[in-house]
Parts: sequence; C-alpha cells; structure tokens
Amino acid sequence: MIALLIRDMRLAMRAGGGFGLGLAFFLIVSTLVPFGVGPEAAILSRIAPGILWVGALLACLLSLDRIFQLDFEDGSLDLLATAPIPMEGTVAIKALAHWLVTGLPLTLAAPAFGALMNLQSPGHFWIFVTLLIGTPALSMIGAFGAALTVGLKRGGLLLSLLVLPLYIPTLIFGAEAATRGTAGLSALTPLLMMAGITAGSIALLPFAAAAALRINLR
Amino acid sequence: MKMKVENLSVARGGVPVLEGLNFTLAPGQVLILRGPNGSGKTTLLRTLAGLQPPIAGAISADPENITYGAHADGLKATLTVEENLTFWASVHGIDTIAPAVEGFNLSGLTHRPSANLSAGQKRRLGLARLLVTGRPIWLLDEPTVSLDVASVGLFADAVRAHVAGGGAALIATHIDLGIDADTLDIGPFRADPKRGRDVQHRDGYADFDEAFL
Repeated sequence: MIALLIRDMRLAMRAGGGFGLGLAFFLIVSTLVPFGVGPEAAILSRIAPGILWVGALLACLLSLDRIFQLDFEDGSLDLLATAPIPMEGTVAIKALAHWLVTGLPLTLAAPAFGALMNLQSPGHFWIFVTLLIGTPALSMIGAFGAALTVGLKRGGLLLSLLVLPLYIPTLIFGAEAATRGTAGLSALTPLLMMAGITAGSIALLPFAAAAALRINLR
Repeated sequence: MKMKVENLSVARGGVPVLEGLNFTLAPGQVLILRGPNGSGKTTLLRTLAGLQPPIAGAISADPENITYGAHADGLKATLTVEENLTFWASVHGIDTIAPAVEGFNLSGLTHRPSANLSAGQKRRLGLARLLVTGRPIWLLDEPTVSLDVASVGLFADAVRAHVAGGGAALIATHIDLGIDADTLDIGPFRADPKRGRDVQHRDGYADFDEAFL
C-alpha cells in the first residue's frame, strides 16, 4: 500500500501529473475575487472565508477525474484489482494521495492567499483548521464519484454533477465554521459537524467506491 | 496450484459469450487458448482472473494465485522501467526485479522513462511484470503482440522456466510459441447470445449491475 502511495505521489510530481493545478487555480480565484468585488476592505474580509472555501472546493474538483481514469486507461486498474491489495485499500490510498497533492497544499496555502482578501486574524487560523479537517472529505467523496464514472470517456461533467451535491454539506459547515471563527464567535458546532462528515466519508466511502470500481471493471 | 473449471459460462456486457466450459490447468502445464476474434477469450480470461463474476459454473482457484496479463501493459509513461517494475514487485511483496529485467532483456533500459520505449519494449516490460508477481498461474491475453521473433523467444523461455518451477499458464494467442503445450479451442463453447441471462443465476448484484451496462 505504501508502494502505491509513493507511486501516485511520484506520478503527480512528474511532468503532466497535475500537481500544482489545483493550487494555481486556487491562487487565481483568490486573486480575481478582489478585482471582481471591489477594493472595500470590510466587504472583502467579510466574504473571505466563504470565498476561500469555495475556491478550495473547486480546485479540489479540478483534479478528481485523474484519480482512477488514468489507471483505468492504461490497464493498471485491472492489475491493481488482481493485486494482493484489497480494492478498498487501493481506493483509500488513492484518495489519500489526492489529498496529499491537492487538499494539503490548498490548506497550507489558504492562510497566505487569505491576505489577498484582507482576511483578518484569527481568520488565518480558522481557515487553516477548517480546510485541514474538511479537505479529506472532499478527496474521499471525490474518489467515490471518480470510481462511479471511471469507465466513461469524458466523464468529468457527470463526475462534477454527481460530486457537487455531496460536497455541499462539507462546504456549508466548513465555511460557517471559518466565518464564525473569524468573527470571534464559537465555531465548535459546525466544526464538529464537518469533522463528522469527514470521519463518516473515510469510514464508509472506500467500500462504496471499491464496489463501484469492481462493477466498472467488468 | 491446480485450476479446475467446471461448467463455466461467461458474459460480456450482459450477453453470454461462452457456456459449458470444462477444463483443468495443472501445475507444469501450458494451455493455449484458441478461438477467432470476438469468440470470448478475453472475457474468459478476465472471469478466471476474478475481474468479473461468471454467470454460471465454478472456478477452483484462488484469485490470489492468479496474475493476469492484459492487452494493456499497465505502465506509467512518466516512470522509468525500473520504477514501474519495482512498484509491481513491492505490491506483490517481491524483493528483487533483477530476474525480470534479465529475463526480458531490459538491462540497458532500466533508467529510461517508459514513455520513450518502443511498442515491443513496452510489451517486454509488461511481460516482465509477470515475473515480479510471484504468482503460480499466469493468464495471458495475446502476450506476443508487437514482439519480434527474438522477444517471442525470450517470452517462450520465461514461460518454460515458469512451468518448470511448478507454475501454469493459460495463453490466448494466434501464433505458435514453440512451447510444449495443450490446446483449448473455445469455438464449440460459444453461447447463444439471444437467450440472455438465466433467471435463476441472477444474484443480488444483477439489478445494480444493470445500471452500469
């Protein structure tokens, strides 16, 4: 399983692997919003947590179809399915690899990008914490969507349509926790709700995704 | 590790392609799978490998003992030959890739990204993967495609060494490999596609599957 994680990380880092795609998109969103909304600092700092969350979510969505599609096309997925690693393990590792190359860099970058939108302290802390807890759910839910659409050519549109509704609870609780935290209010309830979604996704979705993959490989 | 197949029926996309198939594959045996294009060789091999369930019949082999060599080699273009092989070796818990590299004459290519290999070299790398799985039963789907005569010889040597060590191989191919082998012609087992799937063989997955067909 470690070998699979190392391979996926290595593939992502090599040319054309897609590392940095999400991060670049996130930077573009964070840069463009102040131009679109206008320079009033008060408005920007009020919407900053929500915009950062939406940007991170869309950046995450951008690379989802790569999770299984490339392995499906070159036959690796067939070979992984017959390898000693259980399919559930393969799914979990691939979701983890996706998080490490997408969710984690977004989480680390978000406090810095927040400066572009006049994010006030302690907002930097809260955007970091909420993304750290929330982005694993985005990767795991995305892996499930990718597993469902793996056999489809140009399945990206269907994937987005499938996955976006599933992302909404994470987005609502994540952005709410970040907004409340930034305003100095108690963010505990939405934070716990989001943590619950993340924990539930990680516990259940590998099994669902593995079942979907097995059927798509037939 | 013996593989016994009894009364096996397989389907592709919900349409039965082969039925009533019986054969055994004993250790030390090479079985050549013959049949015209579209006769269901790949479907049979995928079923035996455990990638899809049979619609009827039984296969007495643990999928953990089987390795499947498909049309696609499962290579990553941006990884080198060595990285590709090392990955599959460590997935299967094998320590060394040296015999596989030697066996398929890849020594001079280990540091080259597999994107830069020729079709025949890629195929050799794909076949070298079989040697790092450590599994006794090989199911191979047209393994010699794009190989030259010398490379077919290397492949035949690898199969001979594998069966001499107690392994077994089921190979779908249209050429003569020059290996001492038995032949399984699947022509007579062709299923009637119009009959459809038997009602009594519907399992719990069947309805769920249909959403994907």
